[in-house]
Formats: sequence, structure tokens, C-alpha cells
Amino acid sequence: MRMHRPRSILFWLTLAITLIVTPSAQAHLMNTGFGPFYDGLTHLFVTPEDLLPVIALALLAGLRGPRFGRAVLFALPVAWLVGSAAGLLLAPQVTLPVAETIVTIALGALLAADCPLPFAAVGGLAILLGLLHGSLNGSELPKTNASGQISVVGVAAALFVVVSLLAGQAASVRVPWVRIAVRVAGSWIAAIGLLLLGWSLH
Amino acid sequence: MKHFQPRTMKNFVQRAGAAHRSLVILFLFLYPLAAFAHKRGGEAIGFASGFEHPISGLDHILAMVAVGMWGAQLGAPAMWVLPVVFPMVMAFGGMMGLMGIKLPGIELCIALSALALGFAVFREARPKLWIAAIIVGFFAIAHGHAHGTELPLGASGVLYSIGFVIATGLLHALGIGIGLVHRWPAGRIALRFAGAIVAVGGVFFLWKAISGEPV
Repeated sequence: MRMHRPRSILFWLTLAITLIVTPSAQAHLMNTGFGPFYDGLTHLFVTPEDLLPVIALALLAGLRGPRFGRAVLFALPVAWLVGSAAGLLLAPQVTLPVAETIVTIALGALLAADCPLPFAAVGGLAILLGLLHGSLNGSELPKTNASGQISVVGVAAALFVVVSLLAGQAASVRVPWVRIAVRVAGSWIAAIGLLLLGWSLH
Repeated sequence: MKHFQPRTMKNFVQRAGAAHRSLVILFLFLYPLAAFAHKRGGEAIGFASGFEHPISGLDHILAMVAVGMWGAQLGAPAMWVLPVVFPMVMAFGGMMGLMGIKLPGIELCIALSALALGFAVFREARPKLWIAAIIVGFFAIAHGHAHGTELPLGASGVLYSIGFVIATGLLHALGIGIGLVHRWPAGRIALRFAGAIVAVGGVFFLWKAISGEPV
């Protein structure tokens, strides 16, 4: 047995190094260590697939005016909550990368074009985006305890903050070149979406 | 029994050794070193490699900056239409490249783009907006397609794409920033000179593309 000790030490050393230096798993929900609410709050900011269409919609609504921004401010988090609840309760874990990407491209292109959408269309887009991404989020959350439900509230709070900041800024734009910069942001989001679609269909 | 005992111990040690080896192999397989291996090769692992890709080739840099310079030279609305449209058209070309849709003569188009856009800046060409948009859009598809075919699958397509688009946009912004010197008489001459340099670069890359030498 003694002659095998070096090999055993090598094994435990390898195991220890592997466990220490292995990066954290890229699970869908962020683990902040502050509890499920903050996990949900942080989730939006570390998930570009969710954040990009939200940014595009918030800026689009803001460019249309404060009334549109206020509608998205409340419609999007509520729709996201409803979608998350549906995903949490009903759906098995699903991913729809192509559908998510197409929504991102559409929202980015609408922002780039500064499309004069009517009020109902902007509200409808907010509800559509909230239900789609919310249900996908919800389907991936833990269903065995209450942490999933609490983290959904954190996501909704993050949405409220992001939409209020971005839509508020976009609504207050008066200088023409700033409006163009916002539209350029939309074209970048659409471009990222197009590349993502290429990745998905690769 | 005497014969049995050592053999059992030996078997135990062998089995234990085999288990250890299997566990080590299992942990090494679970450890995602493969993702890190991509980084040095400049492949698709995240934001940094995506950001690096558009600025890693001089032919791409010259064309992107020339688009911005020409837009600034043309003035509004071209100055803001081109940066809004170009990333989307280029990404569309990138999507085609990623999907494996083949386009002929891409290297020639890229070399021609630097030549044509540099020459347009040098000559202070002022075509109608839709003609300028078609010229720029055509070259944008060629550049995007070349990027798309060069992109291997990596750990994070999202972050890679974000880095890629931001770098491209910043190259345009750099070109627009340079092009703003057009407002002053001396700057106008300097901008035309910069266009000539881009065009000469285009001739070099065209020669490389025709002779089949790697750029």
C-alpha cells in the first residue's frame, strides 16, 4: 500500500486543484450569495439575451414619449411576472433561442428606424416580450421551494429599474444627435441579434 | 488461504488504483479547460475575442474607418444613416457566413471596398444617398460574410457578438471623428489625403487577393 501513496497523493492533489480552480457553473440563475431576491435582481444584468430586448423596448418607448414609457414601465414587469408564474407552474424547462433572437432583432430594428408605433403596439410588444422571456425564465427556475418565486420578483424589480432609467432618459432627449445615438444603439442591438441568429442556425 | 490473501490485496490495490485513475480522468473531463484553450487562438469565447476580431485585420479597419470618413464628408443625413444601417447589413452578411451560405469573390470585394471607399473620400464623391447606401451596404455584406465564415463556435456567442458589433461601431465612430476635420479647409485636404492612403491600402490588398497570397 505504501508504494501507492504517491499516486494517492497525486489523485487528491489533482482533485483539490480541480475543485478549487474550476469556474462556477454557468447555470441560468445568478447566485449572488445574498438570497433569491438578489439572485433574480442580478439575473437580468448578467443575461444579455434578456437584457438586450429590454433595453431596445425601453428606449423605443422612451423615444415615443413619457406616456409610452410609463405604459412599458408597468406592462413589462407585470407580463414578465405572469409569464414567469406560468413557466414556473406549467412548463417543463424549455429554450427558444430563435424566437428570443427574432424578438431582439425586431425591437432593435424598430428602434433603429425610430418607428412611430401606436400606443397599443408598444404596449403589446411589452406584453409579448414579458410573457415570452418570463415564461422561459420561469421554466428554468427551481420548482421545489419558494426561492424561484422570490427570484422572479427580483427580476421584475430589475426590469422596473432598467425601464424607468432608460425610458426616462430617452423621453427627455431634445438634442438631435443624441436621438441618433439612441437609434445607433438600436441598430447595434439588431446587429447582435442577427449574429446570434446565425449562431443559432450554424 | 495463504495464496488467496495476497491476491485479494493486490486486486484491491489494483481496483483502488483504477478507481483513482478513473476519477482523475472524470474530473479532468469535467474541467472545462477546452474553453480556455480557444482564447490564445483568438476564437469565440466571449466579449474580448469578439471585440478583437474586427480590429485584427487591416483591410477591415481601413474599410470601416473609411465608411465613417465618407459619411462625415457627405454630411447629414448620410453621416448618421450609414452608421445606423451599416452594422445591421454587416451583421446580416455575418449571419449568412455563420449559416454557411457561400458568396463568391469575398476577398476581392473586401479589397475593393478599401479601394473604392478610399477613392470616394479622396475624390470627395457626392453620389445620391441611396447610391452611397447601396455601395456601402454591398461592401458591408462582404465584410460581414468574411467575419461570419471565420467565426468558430465558442462558449458564448452572445458576448462575442456584442464585442464584435461594438468594435465595428467604434471603428465607424473613429472614421466619423476623423471625418469631422472636413469642416476646416486644411482638414479637408488632410481628409482627402487620408482617403488616398486608404485607397493605396486597397490596391495592396487587391493585389494580394488577386495573387492569392494570404493578407
